[in-house]
Amino acid sequence: MTPTATAVSVAHATASRGFLSPSGVEVAFVLVGLVTFGAALVSVTTRQLVHAALWLVVALGGLAIEYLLLTAEFIAWVQVLIYVGSVVVLLLFGLMLTKAPIGRSPDADSGNRWAALAVAVAAAAALVWVVVDAFRTTWIDFGGAAAGSTKATGASLFQNWVLPFEALSVLLLAALVGAIVLSRKAKAETNAPPVSRSVNSRTVPGGSPSVPDSRNHPIEGTGREAAQQEGAR
Amino acid sequence: MHLAYPAVLSALLFCTGLYGVLARRNAILVLMSVELMLNAVNLNLVAFDVWLSKAARDTLHSGQALTLFTITIAAAEIGIGLAIVLAVHRNRGTADIDRLRDTAEGHGPDGDDDGDAAAAAKKAEASA
Repeated sequence: MTPTATAVSVAHATASRGFLSPSGVEVAFVLVGLVTFGAALVSVTTRQLVHAALWLVVALGGLAIEYLLLTAEFIAWVQVLIYVGSVVVLLLFGLMLTKAPIGRSPDADSGNRWAALAVAVAAAAALVWVVVDAFRTTWIDFGGAAAGSTKATGASLFQNWVLPFEALSVLLLAALVGAIVLSRKAKAETNAPPVSRSVNSRTVPGGSPSVPDSRNHPIEGTGREAAQQEGAR
Repeated sequence: MHLAYPAVLSALLFCTGLYGVLARRNAILVLMSVELMLNAVNLNLVAFDVWLSKAARDTLHSGQALTLFTITIAAAEIGIGLAIVLAVHRNRGTADIDRLRDTAEGHGPDGDDDGDAAAAAKKAEASA
């Protein structure tokens, strides 16, 4: 960002816009932002674990609408596909597989929640103060073509960012293999009975080594599904 | 649009996620809060990319490319993280991060966990 561009932007902003006369996009952004922030707050404070995941859907969907309001439509649909479509489903599967209680669980928050609240409020105050002070006279100009259309994003992604893109596909492959390796059971020492097998009562402990028991672990399938969704993207 | 709106919203979302990471006990809820923090960063990246693509002469759309990379890495992270949490839960019977104190310093052995060393060894080889 060159200083001349900043000066031009500032002059343009002060000439044509006022702080107390918001445009329609700003009003919509603030309203959706309030819904998103409220959903995020409920998601980190509720004592019902499944409700936390479902409120996270509201927060992530609100963020997708914010991306649309910022004219980044491709990011918005990727957000809907990846986060709302697969990450929250993975989280719900994780809650189900760790036998999370359905109703209110009184020990959802640890003992240091007041210290955490103090840290979070202090960080929020400092960040909001700094950000508002820094960008008080900066405006986003929505005129012209959309900045985040699929054409612009794809052109920049496949012209300037090809190498990170390909490296990312290798990383996804590594994550896929890693998730499968982590979630399958060790097969070598099946004659030694496991120490504490309080979960997964479906699997027979100490079974014969010839029986493949990887079919009993749905996380393997969900990890592969998420990676396939990633790959399809 | 005033640039302070998305910046303030992302700062607030980040601090919400920070509170969740510090205050939650279940490991999956901690992962959810990490997702909130990553999304706050994504909103910042998108907002500043839109601003820069109009204010500067020519940009590489690096904010949106980085947002896509962050979303992908977050998906990979949630897959690996849930696999680790499930392995821990399978071996230890709990997913509460307060009770996983094998590597904690300054405390004696908790004593309520029979076969602690064996479980730790099994957890180590399960995560290896």
